Amino acid sequence: MSAFRHDHLLGISQLDREDVLQILEAAKAFIEVSRRPIRKVPALRGKTVVNLFFEASTRTRTSFELAGKRLSADVVNISSSGSSVSKGESLLDTCKTVAAMRPDIVVIRHSASGAAELVARQVGCSVINGGDGSHEHPTQALLDAFAIRNSLGTLSGLKVAIIGDIMHSRVARSNARLLNLFGSEVRFCAPRTLMPPKAEALGAKIYHRLDEALDGVDVIMLLRIQRERLEGPLLPSLREYSRNFGVSQRHLAIASPRAIVMHPGPMNRGVEIHPALADGERSVILDQVEAGVAVRMAVLYLLAKEPNAGTPAQAASIPPPAP
Amino acid sequence: MTGSESILLDAESIARIVRRIAHEVVERTAGHKQLALVGIRHGGVPIASRLAAAIGETLGTKVPMGAIDMTLYRDDAGSALLIPKLGPDEITFDINGLDVVLVDDVLQSGRTVRAAIEGLLAYGRPRRIWLAVLCDRGGRELPIAADFVGRELSVPKGYVLDVVAEGGAGDGARLVPKVAT
Repeated sequence: MSAFRHDHLLGISQLDREDVLQILEAAKAFIEVSRRPIRKVPALRGKTVVNLFFEASTRTRTSFELAGKRLSADVVNISSSGSSVSKGESLLDTCKTVAAMRPDIVVIRHSASGAAELVARQVGCSVINGGDGSHEHPTQALLDAFAIRNSLGTLSGLKVAIIGDIMHSRVARSNARLLNLFGSEVRFCAPRTLMPPKAEALGAKIYHRLDEALDGVDVIMLLRIQRERLEGPLLPSLREYSRNFGVSQRHLAIASPRAIVMHPGPMNRGVEIHPALADGERSVILDQVEAGVAVRMAVLYLLAKEPNAGTPAQAASIPPPAP
Repeated sequence: MTGSESILLDAESIARIVRRIAHEVVERTAGHKQLALVGIRHGGVPIASRLAAAIGETLGTKVPMGAIDMTLYRDDAGSALLIPKLGPDEITFDINGLDVVLVDDVLQSGRTVRAAIEGLLAYGRPRRIWLAVLCDRGGRELPIAADFVGRELSVPKGYVLDVVAEGGAGDGARLVPKVAT
């Protein structure tokens, strides 16, 4: 196996099967590091990782922070509140300022789709997309793949139902791309108001009835219903959503007998997932969290190679940010 | 040499060497019952497991055996990053107070051993760390010496030393012409 061939991790769309397997194999070794008495190895000693979070996040940021620290990197967190971001500085100015401090890797989360790619073109270091708008969230899809592979032994030939707010979900998009790489069937299930137009183009079959979507699936992947969406016209009420799309123990009878239940968190218990299911024996939700640290360690480790000569910021033309 | 590979040790010699090292380990650690073997991934692991079996037979007890991957402790981990085969550690016993014998197939620069020692110390504080190697080919870059050496071999320029010691008929130490990359 040779070195990782990418300078950035901006989305699953840039990866092929080999890249994904390389990350997942490395993550296997790193999950073991997290179970040792001393959960720290010196691999990234002297490297600097900046977590640049323009959107609220606890678990992704914490996961990246722990991943960096367990590799002995110096990790700095910058979040939008309490920084110059809240004083009106633009995304690019913030990034250029951070880049001038010479980090090795910047992890960025932003509400605008395409933000990570824009930043990657402007800074001279590696960029990891920690979630950009409704575009991609590659490390989430990778950790989900790790958890699936760990439970079911494969990523190929599976039927995976992703249920929830598909329209606004970067998790659904990244997961569909990754699972398509391995020839698994992806099903999106959502109310019509939360299904993006032309969702088939994302490589999924479209369902609007939960019982049909769950028929024979190996993986039940739930997405959080963001309460802020309820203020718009998209959902009449949480109760109605829960009645039609909330998944509970009884749904396991429709799915494959080996089916696992996943949720990227944070969960709304009693809305998209019944508490008994979340805590049940088919749930791998906490395994996902553990896999998250290992997968992010793997990504940081694989990207932290010597900087490529001759690819510093080329700020000649700044393309407009994606909408 | 004519450019083809040449055999320095055959399977039988390796088996003999493993038996001899096992006896030496028992002799030199005599009286200290708390012994464990840790193979350095990947070449050292099968040798460590053979040594553990032989020592266990002599002592009449089961000797704990583990594996360690030193990739993340390499002094060039942040820059070289070849990531050949990153494997998990398998040390499931408490190493505190034990005599731990680190085992590798080939000792050269000593950098692997240094990294493995650092990795091992993350698990606790052994009473003593010993080093056993099947082949010592010289060329040290750090002040590291093995306590148990199977065979000292010299490797001419332009050749690499290829060691297989998994306990099968394909075992051997061979000189293989270096392939220009």
